[in-house]
Amino acid sequence: MERRTRETLIKQAFLATAITSLAVLALIMVFLFMEGLPTFTFVGVKGFLTGMDWYPTDEARPDYGILPLMAASGAVTVLSSLVAIPLGVMSALYLAEIASPRVRAVAKPVIEMLASLPSVVIGFFGMVVLAPFLQNYLEIPIGLNLFNASLMLAFMSVPTIASVSEDAIYAVPRELKEASLALGATHLETLTRVTIPAALSGIGTAVILGMSRAIGETMVVLMVAGGAAVLPDSLFGPIRPMPASIAAEMAEAPFRSHHYHALFAIAMVLFLVTLGFNVLADYISHKHRQVGSASL
Amino acid sequence: MTTPPTTAMPTPAHIPVVSLSIAKGRDIRRKGMEWLVFMLLRGAILVVAAALVIIVGFLVKNGISAISWEFLTEPPKNYMTEGGVWPCIVGTLLLSLGAMAVALPLGVSSAIYLHEYARPGTLMRIIRLGVNNLAGVPSVVFGLFGLGLFVTAMKLGVSLAAGWLTLGVLCLPVVIGTAEEALRNVPSTYREASLALGGTKWQTIWRVVLPSALPGILTGSILGVGRAAGETAAIMFTAAVFYTPKMPTSIFSDVMALPYHIYVLATAGTEIEKTRPIQYGTSLVLIALVLGMNLAAILLRAWLQKRHAH
Repeated sequence: MERRTRETLIKQAFLATAITSLAVLALIMVFLFMEGLPTFTFVGVKGFLTGMDWYPTDEARPDYGILPLMAASGAVTVLSSLVAIPLGVMSALYLAEIASPRVRAVAKPVIEMLASLPSVVIGFFGMVVLAPFLQNYLEIPIGLNLFNASLMLAFMSVPTIASVSEDAIYAVPRELKEASLALGATHLETLTRVTIPAALSGIGTAVILGMSRAIGETMVVLMVAGGAAVLPDSLFGPIRPMPASIAAEMAEAPFRSHHYHALFAIAMVLFLVTLGFNVLADYISHKHRQVGSASL
Repeated sequence: MTTPPTTAMPTPAHIPVVSLSIAKGRDIRRKGMEWLVFMLLRGAILVVAAALVIIVGFLVKNGISAISWEFLTEPPKNYMTEGGVWPCIVGTLLLSLGAMAVALPLGVSSAIYLHEYARPGTLMRIIRLGVNNLAGVPSVVFGLFGLGLFVTAMKLGVSLAAGWLTLGVLCLPVVIGTAEEALRNVPSTYREASLALGGTKWQTIWRVVLPSALPGILTGSILGVGRAAGETAAIMFTAAVFYTPKMPTSIFSDVMALPYHIYVLATAGTEIEKTRPIQYGTSLVLIALVLGMNLAAILLRAWLQKRHAH
């Protein structure tokens, strides 16, 4: 009996630690809302989300409209996805289906290493290499802009997209591919008509996770996006995505000032957007999970 | 299903010849298309590899001349326009190792619950959703959370302790993921043997499962340290400072850190152009640290897989 009680206690202890992640997630939400919601005492929800001007430090009449910041985040995310999704999915297809074991043994660590590069280093590279390059070769006034930030961000989400899609492609049952090959289809035909459709939900999850990473990535957009809080109107215009605004201004915002609360409110928006993306990814991967080959 | 006897199908003599030549042309097209698409896919992976080589190569090329014994062992001097990065190296090591001291016990025991105890069901689904979502929280949001909870509410101030806790929860999903994989790689026959000998669940986990999973868990913790070492946004409000003349003396000291030092010198310093060599040098030190740890983890994992294969 005593032994059994002990076992139960140990199990409960492990359960308690497993709940930590959930608890932290809840605490993050609580703190963001606690410090962010007071924003709406001095600016309306609609004014905050659709306001065109972000001048939080103006002494006479500060403005707290984050539409330009949200539009900037949207623009870098979409643009970087245009590069990252094809690159990531194609790399995954190559690794899972075509590469020989020896190539795989080298290429997989390469992708992992790219994933592990600190974002500040990628941002630094964008500042000192890509920005002057763009300025000289395209003859544009500012090298720190939407295009630069999107390109740098793309290389940060490629590893996520590639490794998650690769798992999905790799998990497609062998019998399906063999059946297709036995019917005389080429390797490519099998890939496009059997393997990719079967792995599609996993690839979808990968794409969403990659985009979610791009929205939340801070240092790259802080260093290379240019920092102008205006609606993005050209590919080579400077912009200021949400994370950049938070990171750049938090140090200067006086504790519990309007500015401070407004920055927390931006973080709240950012948190809810990434949460939405992650829940969606989770939903897709559970809803359309391919178990065996029976349901195809 | 019955197969009709082949002799029952009289085939006109001219048809096979024609269809064979059509089939031949089509086969060449199909093969050509396949070759083309596979080349494109190969091209994609080459672009990814090239990105890594170009970024790392560029930093090595420009940073190597800044690296010297003095650079690695001396503090910054003259308003950070000269001198070395020793306090930043110390700060980054302290921050990332401390973060792992927070994340490792929590992460490994979470993984033990998820893999050894939990049964598939709603509770497990919710916990997993929590872990996945925690992994997706932007690092700057972790920074604000740390500022709100650890720095302000718990009154730790901008300190090592606040940085450890913030980075610890940031790394938690990485540690849980790799620890779970390590547990998955322990053959279930090991567990069954222990249970058959009369061992309890806990005895089985403690004496059989954990020792076999240990190298895999080690791999995960190295990756976690690497992740924490390169993190900037999460420490800029919680632990790292622009400049401090003194080395950390207690867990309540603020510190300098390599990633934040790069950011500060490259964007906010008084003489951005003049300190370029220091920026390159600091970046090189940071990626050497992070990539070195990742390489160690990758090699350790490869060695483990080889061992499992035997």
